[in-house]
Amino acid sequence: MEEVDVEPTTTPIPGFDSNQKHLGFVWGPGDILVYETIYKASGGSAGGCPFVHEVRKDEDIYSPILRKLFNESHHIFVGLQRIREDLPSKNKKPQFVSISKNYRSVIRACMEELQQVAVSTQDAALATQYGNQVSILLAVELIWNLCEVLFIDAAPAGSLVLHLLDWVRLHKADVDEKAREVLASESPAEHQAYWDVVISYVLQGRMDEARQVLVKQATLQPAARAMFKLLDNLLMKMPIFNPGETQTLTEFDVKWRHWREEVDRCLQDQSFASNPHLEDICKILVGDEDVLLEHKELLSTWYHFLVTRLLFSHPTVKPTELHYYAQSSMHMFLDTRSVPEPLDSILLAAFEFDIHQVIKDCSIALNNWWFVGHLTDLLDHCKLLQSHNLHFGSNLREFLLLEYASGLFTHHSLWQLAVDYFDHCPEFGRVYLELQIERVPLDTERKALKVIRICEQRQMTEQVRSICKIMAKKALRNNRLGSALSWSIRAKDAAFATLISERFLQDYCAKGTFSDLDLIDNLGPAMLLSDRLTFLGKYREFHRLYGEKRFSDAAKLLLSLMTAKIAPRSFWMTLLTDALPLLEQKEVIFSADQTHELMFCLEELTSEKSVPNPDRPMQDEDIETTKIELLRLALARNLAMAIVKEGTVEV
Amino acid sequence: MEGINAKYVSKKISKTRWRPVSSSSLQQPDIFATGSWDNEDNRISIWSIGENGVSSMDDEFEGDPQLVCEYKHNGDVLDLQFLDQDRIVTASSTGAVTIFRHHHNSQTLSVSQLWERAHHYPCDNAPCTGVVCNSPEIVTVGEDGRIMLFRADQEGVLRTIEKADSSAIHAVTFLRTTEILTVNSIGQLKLWDFRQPGNEPSQILSLSGDRVPLHCVDRHPNQQHIVATGGQDGMLCIWDMRQGNMPFSLMEAHTSEMWEVHFHPSNPDHLFSCSEDGSLLHWESSSNSDTPSFLQGGRNTSIISRSAIAPAGGNQSLINAWLTGDSSKGHLETTHMLPSQMLSVNSLDVLGQCLVCGTDGEAIYVNRHVPI
Repeated sequence: MEEVDVEPTTTPIPGFDSNQKHLGFVWGPGDILVYETIYKASGGSAGGCPFVHEVRKDEDIYSPILRKLFNESHHIFVGLQRIREDLPSKNKKPQFVSISKNYRSVIRACMEELQQVAVSTQDAALATQYGNQVSILLAVELIWNLCEVLFIDAAPAGSLVLHLLDWVRLHKADVDEKAREVLASESPAEHQAYWDVVISYVLQGRMDEARQVLVKQATLQPAARAMFKLLDNLLMKMPIFNPGETQTLTEFDVKWRHWREEVDRCLQDQSFASNPHLEDICKILVGDEDVLLEHKELLSTWYHFLVTRLLFSHPTVKPTELHYYAQSSMHMFLDTRSVPEPLDSILLAAFEFDIHQVIKDCSIALNNWWFVGHLTDLLDHCKLLQSHNLHFGSNLREFLLLEYASGLFTHHSLWQLAVDYFDHCPEFGRVYLELQIERVPLDTERKALKVIRICEQRQMTEQVRSICKIMAKKALRNNRLGSALSWSIRAKDAAFATLISERFLQDYCAKGTFSDLDLIDNLGPAMLLSDRLTFLGKYREFHRLYGEKRFSDAAKLLLSLMTAKIAPRSFWMTLLTDALPLLEQKEVIFSADQTHELMFCLEELTSEKSVPNPDRPMQDEDIETTKIELLRLALARNLAMAIVKEGTVEV
Repeated sequence: MEGINAKYVSKKISKTRWRPVSSSSLQQPDIFATGSWDNEDNRISIWSIGENGVSSMDDEFEGDPQLVCEYKHNGDVLDLQFLDQDRIVTASSTGAVTIFRHHHNSQTLSVSQLWERAHHYPCDNAPCTGVVCNSPEIVTVGEDGRIMLFRADQEGVLRTIEKADSSAIHAVTFLRTTEILTVNSIGQLKLWDFRQPGNEPSQILSLSGDRVPLHCVDRHPNQQHIVATGGQDGMLCIWDMRQGNMPFSLMEAHTSEMWEVHFHPSNPDHLFSCSEDGSLLHWESSSNSDTPSFLQGGRNTSIISRSAIAPAGGNQSLINAWLTGDSSKGHLETTHMLPSQMLSVNSLDVLGQCLVCGTDGEAIYVNRHVPI
């Protein structure tokens, strides 16, 4: 058995004492059902508690604000899958970057909304919950952004530091707030946070803003103007790599080294000795790590420290060298604590370009598969994941998407999103979908129609059949024969249609009239679905023709029903009895040939019944024999009249 | 497609309806109601897109819908109509028909009246699938094949047509004040006259051929014999109630079920339909000749009025553009109004120049500049 990476968390079940009783459980698709057994911990058995508890791992899909995340990202996901494969990968990179930015903006929007609600809610427990969710989303966005910079955008040396600077700036927004506060105050230069603001700007490489704020101080100390002018000059002249220009990396490197020497010279000359703050800034510009570490609170994170360090010591760092600096930065910044936070190890893995480790760590740290699923999918589209076949057959991307989608399917509403995810898992998606879609509860016809449409679009005929059958049975139970019939027509289920027709016919035999005439009269080509159904339709037509007094047509139809074997044997007696009034008419309706056929049918019927059934009461037997005798008489008379009529020659 | 943005609302929307604006004022509508479905707790919600004093300062987009109030609803909201400016009637999947009242001062909703088992089977609940009102009368239909007539403010049932249909009735609309049209799941359009006693429809129309279930029906606002229906196969059918048993024209519209079809109430040359395949189509009919209609005079009888105000009374001798029979003769333009790759659009409503629709992707789309 593999070693567990982290300690599993324990969830207490309310009202259950683990010392007293044993707990029974069963796995569900996204949760566990837990119940108290009758077995005591120390042998014997006692009465149990009647409750069954459902333990869910993922609370997030039930949060109304996070739901927006799932819906919006689903939209982006589907759009991503449809990007055409035939474009060369050079053109696709900007598309992937913009998709990555879309995902991130969705995360940010969600985060902002959660933040608003967390602030405004009265309930303390809810506020903490929202607060937790906000911090998780912050971390998630941080990681995603870093992955975008390192893996998707894959900035080369030179631009790499710039992108990393952007990344850090985005995630350290409190600098602007502090700056606003300081500048809005009466005397900004004397504000206690003044120097913090200046240094923070410098640490983030925002030289222009730093200079603007410094000016406030400079005006206050006219005597030291020269010093301020010098620093201002240095800050202004700091070279920034511009990837658009024709400047090559080596040219930039040379320029930067020149500038750095200049700053160093200023330091050696003790130009800033009188003002410790300015001296600090100068030392930072040179990349003095000790000074940087002195400003730990302003940096607040080791990765900020890393980026600042790179900016001022190695602005031309190559992606492959990053991990070395990352590790050393982390060690320098953090105390020798026991275990680094999960976020730190994830970021470190990212700096080491170990995508699989990043994904693995994120999967463990987060409680649902949303983040890893979408990120892995995007990275897979960028062709960054090696085809890493897992033991159970599919690749990493597919595995994660399947897990995510299966989790979604347990949700009463989000299951519709999961369908698209399964569609884009080529190996196992279809199988998963086939199993899951049948378990969606069907309360209304409308929902059933949507589920059936999903199955039909994917040619899952078995599932269509079974769903239609469920709905048809439900309808039958409530005696809605029309609904039941329309469901069997949809499923092209001949067997069920036969069943329904039998019900109709039974109703007719019992009551003497048809129910649901609007349905039977208007069957149309659906009649051909099943023999019994065809018979039903035609039989009703016979009644209609009889009602309209179109006797010869009615007679022809009646005969064809029997001779073409559309009518079930059991019904022949009824049909023949229906023929009686036609035979008894004054006018001859059945021709001689037709009468012969009728007689033949009667004979067929009676020959089967030649053995008297001892179970049937005598009365029924009598009725039967009387009917048959009446029929024989009527048929004979009709035959006679028909022969006479046909033999008569008009003179 | 500019001017249309998604508002994600964390529940699947089954119905959206504009609150009616008084015909005298030329204002655009600014309040709409939505009903949700397939949620453990369903809600009906009222939204505002105007400067109603409710919009907050951090609107990202102009006219982003803001939630005004909402109320819990038992069961899926299968249909929703405004009874008048303050009251909304809903049809629920539990078979209940509810009237909600919107209190403008406190901006809250409350239940004003409830008929719990308006639609039911002998032992189960039957979903109530459609509701239409002509204040104060309310007509509802359900999967149990019943048609019920209620009156707002009166407790009991005014009239029940039992066994109106042997299959589920999907939608209902008024044809005239005393006549309604229903469509069912075996593809029949039935006309019922409330003045007649008894449980038989006055007329039954259906397509010959496959019995495709029909899901929605709408009547032309001015010409009462023209009716549009949409069904499971996504075909738009235009019927002429005066003649025949058959639809007048059939047009291929969508690739799956068409959930709602609406004539534009003031400009009926425009028709809107939405479907399970995630598209919302805007149909525009116009005369087929190149000369503009005002130069045609009396020669071409298929003159279509392009003014916003429809001719009063509707001259019966004019052949309406929708009834040109052959869709290649008349000119019919269709445009997609939503971005592609969406989940099912369940509902739409159009009033003036504003269109609102709700989808299974838990989003509401509002377009305030519909080109009509």
